[in-house]
Amino acid sequence: MHPFIIASIGGVVIGLSATLVEKWFSRVAGISGILGSLSTATNTDSDRRFQIPFLLGLIGTGFAAGFWMPATLPQPSELRTLVWLIPAGLLVGFGTQLGGGCTSGHGVCGLARGSKRSLVAVLVFMFTAAVTVFVLRTGGF
Amino acid sequence: MARSKEAILALVCGVIFGVGLLLSGMTHPNNVIGFLDVAGNWNPALAFVMGGAVITHGLLRRLLGSKPNTNTLPPTSARWKGMWPGVNPRLLIGASLFGIGWGISGFCPGPALVGLGILTSPAHALPVVTFVAAMWLGMRVYHRFFRTPTAR
Repeated sequence: MHPFIIASIGGVVIGLSATLVEKWFSRVAGISGILGSLSTATNTDSDRRFQIPFLLGLIGTGFAAGFWMPATLPQPSELRTLVWLIPAGLLVGFGTQLGGGCTSGHGVCGLARGSKRSLVAVLVFMFTAAVTVFVLRTGGF
Repeated sequence: MARSKEAILALVCGVIFGVGLLLSGMTHPNNVIGFLDVAGNWNPALAFVMGGAVITHGLLRRLLGSKPNTNTLPPTSARWKGMWPGVNPRLLIGASLFGIGWGISGFCPGPALVGLGILTSPAHALPVVTFVAAMWLGMRVYHRFFRTPTAR
């Protein structure tokens, strides 16, 4: 099957999950929000009753892939060195909280709901990410 | 909803999301960087992922009777209020910082968490674990020092 078809199916499955999260829990399936909320003082027990199992399911699926289909997981050759990954992680963590979402929160859920705010967020992070890739490539990193 | 049912359904949602991410190829930073590498060897696969996800979620939620946009919005400066509700400096700066981190690593939160599955091959796990730890730290720093009552 053509890679673009598999990618589309992956997208459809992600969209399905987002719909179930909204339908069953009235929540946004934004991973940065689900994970980040665990750090907030306002997170409630009720919140955690959704967040913890959801994240366990997400991470558990990764472990299942690790056992049965490790080629689907990030390969060492794809990964930058720690000197890059640490600041990148900090930026992703901080930025998603400040900006209120990520590719799933703003990108999938926000756009699907017609949110102008999310559209702006998506355009901004896509643009800055593309510029970052360009600068790193041009700089030979 | 009963507690056990709630936990199972939430788990199921997480599993489906994870399966979708694995199928989508977003767990491979090379695919993400390839999509962002607009001036170089462009790999459009991620556009199909986003398209599939947005169209599916958009259609399904309307079919199931959801309202267009149900979040309460954070403050917007008056100048922009009419056209761009909810767009404020926090959104712009936050999205930019996220974009830079995403562009450097090829990871956004979801795929990074799924990527923790690489702990099944512990010798290769350090980079992903480090990224996730740094991401968690970045989130905590925001919520500990930068969050205000009106922002989220």
